[in-house]
Amino acid sequence: MLHQLFTFKGGVKPPTNKTQSVTLPIAAAPLPSRLIVPLHQSIGGTPRPVVQAGDKVRKGQLIGEADGWISAAVHAPTSGTVRAVAMQPQPHPSGLDALSVVIEPDGRDEWIDRQPFDYANATPDDTRRYLQQSGVVGLGGAVFPTHGKLTASRSVAMDELIINGAECEPYITCDDLLMRERAADIVRGIGIFRDLLQPKRVLIGIEDNKPEAAAAIRAAVAELGENFEVVSVPTRYPAGGAKQLIRVLTGKEVPAAKRSTDLGVQCFNVATAYTAWRAIAYGEPVVSRIVTVTGNVHAPRNYEALIGTPMNELLALAQPHPDTDGTVMGGPMMGFLVPTPDVPVVKATNCLIAHADRLFPPKAPEMPCIRCGACADACPHELQPFELYWHARAKNFGKTQQYHIFDCIECGCCSFVCPSRIPLVQYFRFAKSEIWAREREKNAADEAKTRFEFKQFREEREKAEKAEKLAKAAAAQAAKKAAEAAAAAAADSSPAAPVEAAVDPTQAAKKAAIEAAMARAKAQREAAQPKNTDTLNPQQAEELAAIEARRQAAGLTDAAAGAAAVDTTREAKTEE
Amino acid sequence: MMTAPAPFLLKDASVSRVMTQVCLALIPGIAAYAWLVGPAVLIQLVIASLAALLAEAVMLRLRGKPLAMFLSDGSAVVTAWLIALTFPPLAPWWLVATGTVFAIVIAKHLYGGLGQNPFNPAMVAFATCIVSFPALMAQWPSVGLQMPLLDQIDIILGLAPRVDALSGATPLDAMKTALKLGDGEIDVAHLLANQDIYGNFAGRGWEFVAAGYLIGGLWLWQRRLISWHAPFAFIAAFVAISGALWLYHPATFANPLFHLLSGGTMLGAFFIVTDPVSGCTTPRGKLIFGAGAGLLAYIVRVFGGYPDGVAFAVLLMNLSAPVIDLLTQPRIFGMKDES
Repeated sequence: MLHQLFTFKGGVKPPTNKTQSVTLPIAAAPLPSRLIVPLHQSIGGTPRPVVQAGDKVRKGQLIGEADGWISAAVHAPTSGTVRAVAMQPQPHPSGLDALSVVIEPDGRDEWIDRQPFDYANATPDDTRRYLQQSGVVGLGGAVFPTHGKLTASRSVAMDELIINGAECEPYITCDDLLMRERAADIVRGIGIFRDLLQPKRVLIGIEDNKPEAAAAIRAAVAELGENFEVVSVPTRYPAGGAKQLIRVLTGKEVPAAKRSTDLGVQCFNVATAYTAWRAIAYGEPVVSRIVTVTGNVHAPRNYEALIGTPMNELLALAQPHPDTDGTVMGGPMMGFLVPTPDVPVVKATNCLIAHADRLFPPKAPEMPCIRCGACADACPHELQPFELYWHARAKNFGKTQQYHIFDCIECGCCSFVCPSRIPLVQYFRFAKSEIWAREREKNAADEAKTRFEFKQFREEREKAEKAEKLAKAAAAQAAKKAAEAAAAAAADSSPAAPVEAAVDPTQAAKKAAIEAAMARAKAQREAAQPKNTDTLNPQQAEELAAIEARRQAAGLTDAAAGAAAVDTTREAKTEE
Repeated sequence: MMTAPAPFLLKDASVSRVMTQVCLALIPGIAAYAWLVGPAVLIQLVIASLAALLAEAVMLRLRGKPLAMFLSDGSAVVTAWLIALTFPPLAPWWLVATGTVFAIVIAKHLYGGLGQNPFNPAMVAFATCIVSFPALMAQWPSVGLQMPLLDQIDIILGLAPRVDALSGATPLDAMKTALKLGDGEIDVAHLLANQDIYGNFAGRGWEFVAAGYLIGGLWLWQRRLISWHAPFAFIAAFVAISGALWLYHPATFANPLFHLLSGGTMLGAFFIVTDPVSGCTTPRGKLIFGAGAGLLAYIVRVFGGYPDGVAFAVLLMNLSAPVIDLLTQPRIFGMKDES
């Protein structure tokens, strides 16, 4: 079937280097010596550990419980003993440690009791929750919890469900092999997504350098009687970026500020569909994934590796050449060198590349930008990278936002083409993280300010309330005394004074209250230390006035609250 | 530990490769030019290149920058070649050297060096010298001058008197002067009939030089080193204004073809207004920049007092480039519908 294709601007055509790792079928990697399973393997909340050191676990047993809706469960990749729940180095460029469950395999690889999910009788919400509990996340690299993407927009009709089999990054072939070998399960998994999202059509995009994979998926679609369209898209990096693939297949452009469902389209990776089906049909949570092991190795190949496998153990299977000096996780365009060789394979690990200068020559020194515009021509988001660079370099972050820095997907096309060898993406990451840091700081400062102001307000209020209470108590006391005195006086007085006596109690009570207030005010005056506002220089006075004005504007003044006490003293003064 | 960031794969590209290709693209024009006015052009290329590299080295040293990396980037040589090709071929060596040193020291390094100059250095050199040394900058070899290489070198080095042979002018300048002297009595068609000067279209031999630059420029475009926007707009503006005035009064205004193939039009279109550092960078900005430069160049060339207007036009547009860029930012992916 002919499908009308659209194009995205920009993009580059680096040498693909994919043929090396597709000659052999996927192999199961042997059980490693230990497994380090990080709890935080998806976007969103960090799952809470539900096992502790010494626990026996079986393959597929829950070890980390999803924390919130955008979070996904984590499971034991094999049977064995939990050795520790501790901070471990992570496959992340920062080199920071994170909480992980360390498991020593017992070699039996015993599954839990696997029960297929009764999909036919489940509500869509049940299915989403089940996928969350099975740890199904986007395996294309972004690891967004899949169930969170399986709800259509309320206001926009779901037009297209896009399945991403483009795999545009050089060297990576894990999706290619998965499509070739396990097409039927992928297509069945897509069926689940289709049922939940109810799109008008389902489009499976595969770069045209993978004809075998496309043929396998086509055959599976036909065999299962589905109406999914398998579309070959031109090979051009980054055609496999979700936004680029959506553009190529539908002509829709999803801006950074919007969700794709707002435009009636959603996108999943083929491997994600596969794991969703394994979870539903076989009761197998995500405990392994296909990883391409390639680069400077003797025997490049795709392995099905357990999550948590130390990378060096997996890399060793492909026999790295002796001049290997590092491990890249991901592709050569967006991947990163892992901080230590034994960090674990995680759900985001689609590829390990043995790094050597022979394959990836060290970069020539950075030259000044000559504004040649090659980066702008290559940018798939049609940004002006050289302008972004200019402002990021000058730490003029406001300007970088004006030039849409947050629309940058860090695909690396600009760095790839730059004749001046400027690591543009690094500058953009720097600018983004600086902007985030500043926003965090600003938010923290705002919060602290609000907290402080509320504390002040509360203290003033409490003081006023206390004063009021005291005044009332004193007044009551005085009134009582006055009444007693009046009664005594009435008893003593001649019969000529009944009128006076009738008037007196109220007046006496008032007088007594005034006297009490005066006495209190005097006591306060005497007790009061010299205030720190008594000796102000004009500048301080001005500042104080300004603060008072702000406080008044903010409704924080104590004038109202303290009115009673003030009034009493004033009354007393006028009486004098 | 290595911390080299992605991407690990890089396209085989460098600044020196860009500059080398620009130099290569100049060769057809240079060949035609040398055939037209003699090997003096090549001498000037050498003088300008040496002066540029020397000035570059001194400035890099003073600024504490790595010498080898920047001397080999080729940018100084491109500037030097553009100067040598715009100055009169038999200009004294010190004039070319002065212009080149001025371009490198003042127009380039004092503004921050490679990539930082707001003005096109070669055009700064041309403008400076034509204002400071108007007579020398207007001395072109007489038409059909045949002079042995050694004599040409003697003249350039000032070892021989500057002879009457240098009383010529470019066809463009000759046309303007003739029209001015004729004071309305002489018409363009009559002048163009003199094939000794004007050849078939725009100057004997000069047509081939222009064609050489055109070929080189098209090659740069085909190699994607330049985009079509600025050259197209520059040429279109030239054709539009010269065509309109020619239709209005053909006796006093030369036809568009004459303007396209004479003076610095073709060199300007493909090698000057395409300078990325001092020009515009957005597609629409490049169109505005090219069109503006074309219009101004025509106006200065036809109504102004200088033999050609490309240099002044480009400098004026250089001034406006940042604002044009700011106002012509393209819509980005996903934001095309927003107004």
